[in-house]
Amino acid sequence: MTVHELEVTVRDHDGVAVIDLAGDVNSAAENALDVGYEEAAAVGGDVALNFTDVDYINSTGIALIVGLLARARKNGVGVRAFGLSEHYRGIFEITRLADFMTITDDEDGAMGTAERNSDA
Amino acid sequence: MTTMIKPPRRRRIGRKRAEAAAAAPEQVDVDTITPESAPIDIAPNDPLLAYLQGDAVDIEALDLDSPALRELKAAGVKLAVPLVSQGELIGVLNLGPRLSEQEYSSDDRKLLDDLAAQAAPALRIGQLVREQEAEAAMRQRFEQELEVAHLIQQHFLPKVLPELPGWQIEAYYRPAREVGGDFYDVIPLSDGRVGFVVGDVTDKGVPAALVMSATRSLLRASAQRLIEPGLVLERLNEQMCPDMPEKMFVTCLYGVLDPQTGHLRFANAGHDVPYVKTAHGIGELRARGMPLGLMPGMSYEEKEMTLAPGDRVLLHSDGIAEAHDPDRDMFGFPRLMQTMADARPDQNLIQHVLDVLEQFVGSSAEQEDDITMVSLERAAVDSGADETGDARVLAEFELESVAGNERAAIEQVEAAVDGLGLERARLENLKTAVGEATMNAMEHGNEYRAGRPVRIRVLRGKAAVRVQVTDQGEVVDIPDPETPDLEAKLDGRQKPRGWGMFLIEKLVDETHVTGEGGGHTLELVVHLEGRQA
Repeated sequence: MTVHELEVTVRDHDGVAVIDLAGDVNSAAENALDVGYEEAAAVGGDVALNFTDVDYINSTGIALIVGLLARARKNGVGVRAFGLSEHYRGIFEITRLADFMTITDDEDGAMGTAERNSDA
Repeated sequence: MTTMIKPPRRRRIGRKRAEAAAAAPEQVDVDTITPESAPIDIAPNDPLLAYLQGDAVDIEALDLDSPALRELKAAGVKLAVPLVSQGELIGVLNLGPRLSEQEYSSDDRKLLDDLAAQAAPALRIGQLVREQEAEAAMRQRFEQELEVAHLIQQHFLPKVLPELPGWQIEAYYRPAREVGGDFYDVIPLSDGRVGFVVGDVTDKGVPAALVMSATRSLLRASAQRLIEPGLVLERLNEQMCPDMPEKMFVTCLYGVLDPQTGHLRFANAGHDVPYVKTAHGIGELRARGMPLGLMPGMSYEEKEMTLAPGDRVLLHSDGIAEAHDPDRDMFGFPRLMQTMADARPDQNLIQHVLDVLEQFVGSSAEQEDDITMVSLERAAVDSGADETGDARVLAEFELESVAGNERAAIEQVEAAVDGLGLERARLENLKTAVGEATMNAMEHGNEYRAGRPVRIRVLRGKAAVRVQVTDQGEVVDIPDPETPDLEAKLDGRQKPRGWGMFLIEKLVDETHVTGEGGGHTLELVVHLEGRQA
């Protein structure tokens, strides 16, 4: 069994705060996600969650993402996500998280969405 | 001249018993024959017997301390001619004094000896015929009694067993030739629950059959009024004690099953302990209690357990454990328990026990006692149309309730279902569902307590994979989970958590939650055919 505690890094990609997630999104990820969101909020733009290096998300992890999304909505921050496996993309749809964040395959897509969004 | 001979009841050497008749006059003249006096019994240890082995004996000349001799003398017998067939004394020809008042001459004696030698075999044949007639009459009476006992027994055994969806209930009853007092019953109760009974009346034949029928009727009546098995047996004991024939009693196991939850409550009045086979292995369903009808004022301990899918219970009577092999070794309870442990999930349990038992006793041996079995088995599938009773265990393991161990559950289940051709997306869904179910079991059922592992069983049926996740929680009811509403969660009207059961239900084709009290089992079903996205 390989358990990877979530590591979070935040970078500014053309005004979008990209939160790179690496590891498992489970109950142990709470602190890392909190810190990540704080840093991302400081960037000022939309937030993009990068799930490319995430292999495992459980229901507690979903709850943490819901919490993050709730904070972002309160702050008027748009949330995007990319790099999800097909399976977890399905789960984001089942849970309707997909209705509240823009999901794309990759980072370019996420940026494109931003353009489209800002165009709109 | 007459002989008065009753056939000896036994012809064992050394225990001969002959009866003598009073003498008749030697002349064959019907008018002058004196009335016969009562036959004279010669005790097996009477010294006179030693003299009645060959030729005619002069009674008056004998001087012995013999009650029979005294009786013969008193009856006026002068000469006793032994009737010997194949070396065995079968009667005595007793003669009084000659009418001429002369002594019996040696010619007379020779004539009488010759006569006795010829009469004895004929007499013996007559005796044998009578014996056989008496034996035949007795046998017929015995057979008739057996027939009556069989009829009573059969009349009071259930003709059909109730059908319970998701359960397999079977009963087997084979009386011994000399019917024992075994009985069983399956009683549908008003609230959908079902009562199970196996009992044994000490004694055989008609008396046992009558007590059995009374027990069964009383039990049926109490079972409808009282739900607690302990109280049912207590009431039954009170009712039976006053009228129970001496040296008779009844052992009886009574259990009440809730087919919806698998919850089984039972009490036992001294009957053979039933066995239960679960994913944990084999065990006994023990509960203390005295047999019925011995003493009033008894109380009966009540125990309970929850049967998970795939679990089996066997109620049985001592006719199995007490059967012998040709070397007189007993089958025994440990062997019966092992036989049940060895039965594969796809094997019919009762048939398996019968096969092993027959191999043990040998097929030609006559059955010693009634054989009774009732088996209840919770189908590994909930009556699904696909595969009742045909599930194969792919993996079975336990995990300590430690956060993160759900990953181990996922990996082991994934390995177990490898090769079943489950398509990628469905496998991923199952893995997530297994992780969530395991987390629920560790957190809510077992409260992350040490020594309370989660048990996981992976079964492969004809058309589905089933993963059973069992906790050891004492929670009586699992509350229906609130359907998560993301908008409400985002607005803070619902907590962010609470996705586990929702996800599980969305990710697999069927879920079944069973059990209460002794732990919950959540069964996840993924169909192998008719795949759904």
